[in-house]
Amino acid sequence: MDNLDGAFSALADPTRRAILARLATGEATVNELTEPFEMTQPAISQHLKVLEDAGLIVRRVEGTKRPRRLAKGGIEAMDQWLAMLRKALETNYDRLDEVLAGMEKHKKGKKR
Amino acid sequence: MSKMTLKIEGDTHVIVTRRFAAPPEAVYRAHTDPKLIQKWLLGPEGWTMPVCINEAKAGGKIRYEWTNGKGGGFYITGEYLELEPYNRIVHVERMHLPDPTPDNHIETRFEADGAGTLMTMRMTLPDGKTRAAMLATGMERGMEASYVRLEGML
Repeated sequence: MDNLDGAFSALADPTRRAILARLATGEATVNELTEPFEMTQPAISQHLKVLEDAGLIVRRVEGTKRPRRLAKGGIEAMDQWLAMLRKALETNYDRLDEVLAGMEKHKKGKKR
Repeated sequence: MSKMTLKIEGDTHVIVTRRFAAPPEAVYRAHTDPKLIQKWLLGPEGWTMPVCINEAKAGGKIRYEWTNGKGGGFYITGEYLELEPYNRIVHVERMHLPDPTPDNHIETRFEADGAGTLMTMRMTLPDGKTRAAMLATGMERGMEASYVRLEGML
């Protein structure tokens, strides 16, 4: 779960979400990732480090280049975690549906 | 089709919507009457809310305590800012784990939707980091409504 905390923190930043969006379309080098942003390359590299530490992206060595891509495992783990959270919330609201149905019945009973 | 949606907006908001078959008055009451709240706002299976204080008036206090019956538990406290029966509730709340988390400002609207209700809950966290922490740990405790649709972000 520690790593999931890191993943969510990593996603709290709009630039990092945009980087992930770019990487979702395929592998990219730091230069390619820097291009669309009004930011310096060191700034982008710092964001990449956060994403990497969070297990969301991985790097490959190709000569002097270090192309990045999405880490499948990291994204899947987060997706599963989010699905679980969503389910917990839905459980509450499913129970509320029953409470509301009970209130309606009660009201009708009183009218009679 | 799921009745619930959950999404993030900007850097500090979380928006939850849910449709209910009952009218706004009933859904509003289920959010402000302690006896009703204790029946549904429980989180994972096995958890109960033995303490539910809910003073539904401006400035009124909120305190919910949950336990899993095995020594595990936590609580939230909060205050009401505005209430417009049966349309709108504005309150702040914080979790105690046991240290208090930064305030979550929540506006909940109940709109008539045919014979039912469309509820829209808009949470505002102080910053992106707090929101991320809430998403990561909040509902692990069975509470805070939060979800990010990964497809939406990627």
